[in-house]
Amino acid sequence: MKKPVFPADSPLVRRLQSAFSFVCTFCFLFALWLVLSGKFEPLLLGLGFLASFLVAYFFHDLLFPGFHRSYFASSIRFFAYIPWLIVEIFKANFHLLRLVFHPRMHDLIDPHIVSIRTGLSKDMSIVTMANSITLTPGTITVTANREGLFTVHAIDRKSSRALPGEMLGKVAAVFGDEVERIE
Amino acid sequence: MNALFLGTALFLCFLMLFSLYRAIFGPTVLDRLVGVNAIGSKTLVLLLLIGMIYGRVEMFVDIALAYGFLNFVTVLAASRYFHKRKGLYGESEQVQSEE
Amino acid sequence: MELLINSFVVICLVSGLVFFAGGSVGIIRMPDFYSRLHPAGKLDTLGIMAVVLGLALFELKQWSLASVLLSLKMMLIVFFVFLSSPTATHSIVDAGIRAGLAPWTKTKRS
Repeated sequence: MKKPVFPADSPLVRRLQSAFSFVCTFCFLFALWLVLSGKFEPLLLGLGFLASFLVAYFFHDLLFPGFHRSYFASSIRFFAYIPWLIVEIFKANFHLLRLVFHPRMHDLIDPHIVSIRTGLSKDMSIVTMANSITLTPGTITVTANREGLFTVHAIDRKSSRALPGEMLGKVAAVFGDEVERIE
Repeated sequence: MNALFLGTALFLCFLMLFSLYRAIFGPTVLDRLVGVNAIGSKTLVLLLLIGMIYGRVEMFVDIALAYGFLNFVTVLAASRYFHKRKGLYGESEQVQSEE
Repeated sequence: MELLINSFVVICLVSGLVFFAGGSVGIIRMPDFYSRLHPAGKLDTLGIMAVVLGLALFELKQWSLASVLLSLKMMLIVFFVFLSSPTATHSIVDAGIRAGLAPWTKTKRS
C-alpha cells in the first residue's frame, strides 16, 4: 500500500524495510521497558533486552509497517497537533459541563445523528479524525469507513454545526492527505 | 496536603455511588456497561490517591496502569459479546420504538 | 516556589473533581444511553487528565531520577487513557447501533 523509497520491489529493499521497522519497534519497546521498570541493574536490563528483542523479532511489521519519506515530518506535525487538540477539548468540555448542570437540560439538548463526508483516504488520518471527534465533547463517532464517510452522534445542534470545520483541515495537513471540500 | 488527598478520595467514592445507581438500575445492558466504565475510570484515580496517602506511589502507579488496561479490555470484550443479542436490551425500549 | 506548586496542585485536583462530578451527574440525568456516553466518556477523561497532572506535579517536587520516572509513568497513564477512552466509547455505541436501539430524540416525546 505504501510506496517504498526505491521503486524497485527488490528483495534488498524489502529486507531494508523490515530491518528499519525492527529497529524502530525494538527501540520503542526497550524505552517502554526502561520507563516501566525504573531499575538499572544488569540482570533486569538484560531481561528487558531479551524480551523486547523477541517481541520485535516476531511482530516488527505491526507497529511500523515500512519506511516512507513523509514518515518523520508527519510524526513531528502530529506532536504539534496534540496541544491544539487538548485546548479544543478543554473549550468544548466547558460547554458540556454547563449543559449537564443546567436545570432545564432536557430543553437544551437535542440528540441526533448526522453523517459527514470528508475526503480523507489514509488509514491513520481516518483513525485520528475519528478519535478526535470522539474526544471533542458533544460528538461521538458511530461509524467511519474507508471512503472517509463519518456517522456522528451529536448532543445538540451547536456541536454538530461546528463539526468538520477546522479539525478536518488540520488532520489532513498532518498526514499529507488531499481533501476536496464537498458542500 | 494529605488531608486534601483524603478529601479528594472520599469525594470520588461519593461520586461512584451515582455511577453505581446507573450500573444497578440501568434499563439496558449497555447502560450498565457505561456505569461500570465510569466506576473503573474513577477507581484508576482513586488508586493513585491511595498511593499518595500511604507514601507508596511507586507501587500503586503500576497497579493503576494495570487497572486501566484491564478496564479497557473489559469494556471492549463485553460490548463485543453483547453485539448480536437483541433480546437482552430492555423490552420497554423496543416496544416504544415500534409505536 | 513550594507555595506555587502546591496551589497549582490544588487547582488541578479541584478542577478534576468538578469534571468528575459533571460526568457522574450527567450519567444520572441524560435521557438515553447514547447521550449518557457523552459525559461518561469525555468528562471522565478530562478529569483523569487534570487529577493525574496534579499528582505528577506534586511528585516532581523532590527532584530525583525516581520521581521523574514516576511522573513519566503517570503521564503514560494519561496517554493510554486518551487512546483507550474513545475506542471504548465507540465500541459501546457500535454495539447499541447494531442491536437496533433507537436514539432518543426530542420530536418523538413531545
